[in-house]
Amino acid sequence: MKTIFAIAGVVIKELYRRKDFYVLFALTALITLAAAAVHFFHEPNIIRYVKDLCLLLIWIAAWIITIATTARQIPMERESRTIFPLLAKPVTRGQVVLGKFFGCWLASGLALVIFYLFFIVVTGSREHYWPLLEYFQAILLQWIMLGMLTAMTLLGSIIFAAPSSTVTIVLIAIFSIWFLSPHLNVVALHNPEPMRDILYAAYFILPHLEFFDLRERLVGDWGLVPWSACGLAALYAAAYTGLFLLLTWLGFRRQNLST
Amino acid sequence: MIDSSEFFLYENPDESTVSPTAMTAILQTQKLRVEFRTRELRQPVKIALQGLDLQVNAGEVFGFLGPNGAGKTTTMNVLLGFVPPTSGSASLFGIDVRQPIARQRIGYLPELTYYYKFLTAEELLRFYAKIFSLSRAETDKRIPELLKLVELEHAAKRPIKSYSKGMQQRVGLAQALINNPDLLILDEPTSGLDPLGRMKVREIIQRLKNEGKTVFFSSHELGEVETVCDRVAIIHQGELKTVGRVGTIMGNYPTLEKAFLNIVGYQPQTAP
Repeated sequence: MKTIFAIAGVVIKELYRRKDFYVLFALTALITLAAAAVHFFHEPNIIRYVKDLCLLLIWIAAWIITIATTARQIPMERESRTIFPLLAKPVTRGQVVLGKFFGCWLASGLALVIFYLFFIVVTGSREHYWPLLEYFQAILLQWIMLGMLTAMTLLGSIIFAAPSSTVTIVLIAIFSIWFLSPHLNVVALHNPEPMRDILYAAYFILPHLEFFDLRERLVGDWGLVPWSACGLAALYAAAYTGLFLLLTWLGFRRQNLST
Repeated sequence: MIDSSEFFLYENPDESTVSPTAMTAILQTQKLRVEFRTRELRQPVKIALQGLDLQVNAGEVFGFLGPNGAGKTTTMNVLLGFVPPTSGSASLFGIDVRQPIARQRIGYLPELTYYYKFLTAEELLRFYAKIFSLSRAETDKRIPELLKLVELEHAAKRPIKSYSKGMQQRVGLAQALINNPDLLILDEPTSGLDPLGRMKVREIIQRLKNEGKTVFFSSHELGEVETVCDRVAIIHQGELKTVGRVGTIMGNYPTLEKAFLNIVGYQPQTAP
């Protein structure tokens, strides 16, 4: 575990020493501050929409940070040749995959907490309302979903040659899954066989990101989700994460590394 | 447990001083063969190494020479577990190189040294120390020692991205020594360095030799090899051409370079 966390530590250091995180944070902060400003126009209903917009922005910014950070990890190790002194030590490729995974996942969690803290402080100070447990649940579920996304991006990073290709393909895949997978069962009903079965299979195979999306509940103030449902969602994400990590390891261990 | 194997070493049969000597093999390859399959259809399989037998003994500085594409780097890649052998075997301290534990007592310096540029030298060394599970006290003691050895104390807190090529090579050497290894594998350690940088790296290798470390290194700088190596092996087109003491290989040639060119079959072109 020491090795895995040592590798993860380097990933986290890389995140806070690069500029992309700060750019995204500044952008999100700007729009969050705009949300705070709506009170000045005495429009109590509009704040919901702006809160929704801010949460959507946090949701997407977290995706971008996670995907961009993860996609470059293994390819950059190879391109900058840092993988060689690393693997020349008693480190297995499995430990590299797990170290990168935990590093990116923890880094994305850190970014998520910073985004949410800013959002909570700004909106809370305006509304004088602090549903902290609801926020905690939203962060937790979103972070669990980011774990699944991290593992998926790691898998992409060993399939596609360039980090930019991985970022583009994973982003397209994740947006498609986000928009389509909740509705595939309905679409399937309106299709003849064999398309119906194919769509149903896709509905059950594709990960359902909506299980982890509590934005509407936060904006509408619908209260807490049962913790048992959170636990089930965590297990659901763990299964996909494990599968993606296994595939990543299988692919990475087969790759010849030539200096 | 890591153990060493005892065996009798026979030098190149071409040599006049063939003497079986009981020695401790630190690094050994037996009938090592590596083939690379290309992705293109109908392309022949590329044979990078064919039946390589090598033995490096404890405490010696061993030079591994050959022209570009001879198979030196492939041999190192196999020894470090980056490339699996097609057939034959390779071991470090008697342990198959495919086992990560075989790399517990080695230090490796790649040819082109790039490290995490956003880290400082101290952070980089601390990271590698963690990988070797060194205690905090040991790490705190070892890092200043190594930075002093490679003359980087003044730049310890600066990010590696601000280092010159020579400094990067020296931080590479420091990371290779973090675990106080018994065997150092150096892939062209002085490549691209200025004469001063080369001399510093040579001095460090000499110092390590005096400490009883085993050094296995490849180089194109034959003058340097002549100076620091006890024994050398010359490889060409994936085959071992000769192995033996520097003086023996040089024979009647004035320099190792001349002997090397003769062994690899270099024919100087005459002007028409």
